Amino acid sequence: MSETALRPILRHTLVAGAALALFSAILLVAGKNPLQAAADSFRSMASVYGFSELLVRMTPLILTAVAVALPSRLGLINVGGEGQLYMGAWMATAGALWFPPLPRWAMLPLVAAMGFLGGALWAAIPGILRAAKLVNETIATLLLNYVAPLIVSYSIFGPWKALGSSAYPESPAYPDAALLPTFFETRVHGGLILALVALLAYWLLVDKTRWGLQMRAIGGNAEAAQRLGIPVAVFLVAALALGGGMAGLAGMGEAMGVHGRLRQGLSPGFGFTGFLIAWLAGGRPLGILFMAFLFAIITAAGDTLQITQGLPFSVVNILLAMILFIVLARRPGASR
Amino acid sequence: MMTPLALGVLAGAVLSGTSLLYATLGETLVERSGIVNLGLEGVLLMGASVGFTVTAVTGNPWIGLAAAALTGGLANALFGWLVVLRKANQLASGLAMMFFGFGLSALVGAPHVGAVIVGLPKWRPAWLAALPWVSASTLFNYDLLTWLALPVALLVWWVLFKTRWGLGVRAVGESPGAAYASGRNPAVLQFQALGFGGVLAGLAGAHLSLSLTLTWAEYMTAGRGFIAIALVIFSKWNPLRAVAGALLFGGAEALQLQLQARGSLISPFILDMMPYVLTLLVLLAWGGSRRLAAPAGLGRTFFGSE
Repeated sequence: MSETALRPILRHTLVAGAALALFSAILLVAGKNPLQAAADSFRSMASVYGFSELLVRMTPLILTAVAVALPSRLGLINVGGEGQLYMGAWMATAGALWFPPLPRWAMLPLVAAMGFLGGALWAAIPGILRAAKLVNETIATLLLNYVAPLIVSYSIFGPWKALGSSAYPESPAYPDAALLPTFFETRVHGGLILALVALLAYWLLVDKTRWGLQMRAIGGNAEAAQRLGIPVAVFLVAALALGGGMAGLAGMGEAMGVHGRLRQGLSPGFGFTGFLIAWLAGGRPLGILFMAFLFAIITAAGDTLQITQGLPFSVVNILLAMILFIVLARRPGASR
Repeated sequence: MMTPLALGVLAGAVLSGTSLLYATLGETLVERSGIVNLGLEGVLLMGASVGFTVTAVTGNPWIGLAAAALTGGLANALFGWLVVLRKANQLASGLAMMFFGFGLSALVGAPHVGAVIVGLPKWRPAWLAALPWVSASTLFNYDLLTWLALPVALLVWWVLFKTRWGLGVRAVGESPGAAYASGRNPAVLQFQALGFGGVLAGLAGAHLSLSLTLTWAEYMTAGRGFIAIALVIFSKWNPLRAVAGALLFGGAEALQLQLQARGSLISPFILDMMPYVLTLLVLLAWGGSRRLAAPAGLGRTFFGSE
């Protein structure tokens, strides 16, 4: 290996090591044993099942990261992945519950398309508002994050409330034909393939097509791009809608691949995590893959902390924050 | 004559509007200096958690309140270190602060979940309690933070618009370069704005755990930090308009509780959407017009002073 290839690896290792040291210090102050926690986490992930769970966790993260990275090529800031995810799950659920009984080969593409459409339409709202120069897309996507989960809650407490489920409200179970296939007797589901295809499509779009070039032109200087004859408004709406569609697919995957029903706590902040992944990766496809895997490891460690150390799951967010703080502090510049 | 429903909504609007107002005032101060702290939700949580924990340990809500204020200030100082000194991306840093707040508040509060605390004392002047329709409600039975909410809003307005310091903060928010050229130090002013804003956010969080609910629960802020960020925009970065906004948004929450208690057919979730939809509609109505009073330098990183 050449020295230039080794340097980024060394840098990443140093960042991770420093973040882990800080997190360990905080755990020590809280009276916990960080070495034990690390050993437990490693043991739980080293098995085949443990590894497969990492793949389950990274599936929505890849998609929500692409949802941010794609519009960012035009200089658009999409912080609405969370809402777009919920609307994707919501539309996919509408499809699964309303379509007549269909065979699986017909049902699955339909609900996937519905999921994409849900996120895309939800993201098109801020897209249109931005293209019309009415409302800044950062603010609009942020606000809509909080409306989408309420639409889901309204539906599962109201029209879609499953009969007889008393524990907590949820939609009726989807028909079998609408469930994503799982692999090798693990919880890894078809959404992972969708996510990898989406990542590939994103790479091809931004790196290998004329559209990708035009997107970069808009991101560089929208006015100049407009004068060159690029339909900037169309691109703005399309990029946000496409991104939203990706987040929508993430929601569809969680609903149809993991839960089997529409639920309130479908996403523990996948949309926000996706923003950070896309930002850390600088929008690079391989970087997104790597960062999504890293974030999957961190959240898996959170589960272990909860089970073996009796700490709230949320405590692992400190580790996440430590990594981000170090990276943010090391990299000067308002790269958006 | 007021109907009991209106009375209940008004009383509730003031109670839940208090923390919203403090959080909004804090963020207004910060954004006027040109910085967006998307991590406000996390700062509120840390204030609520530290305030509750210190109160549970010491048995004194005033010490808890002070600890929460200090926590808010320190949290914003950490944020300032990232975005002012290290010139990091503000949105990403804000989200990082949000996650930090989620985690730290959970860690600090975990040993005290379910603890019973004595909250901030409430009192109602005798002449107000004597009014017939007041005595039966929680109206005017407030803790110190609620009584001080209006004066604090006036104070923040006065400081921002009537003092030299406020002029400096606003100048930095509009154009750090121009402020620097006129002999001001943008970094110092931004840090001061962040510090005061953080104290207000810490108090906002503490009001939730020390007065409104008297409990600590993970994620108990339930998006109030983001409502407050919406409120800053809704009130056009003006502390006095923020009072009306906080009452309106607090009122939406109170109306929902009141209707629920009365067995209304309107879904609470539809009412919950109102603050966000309303803010978006207001932005839409102002869209394109030059009257949108956002600080021109908001969200941009200033590199000029090196």
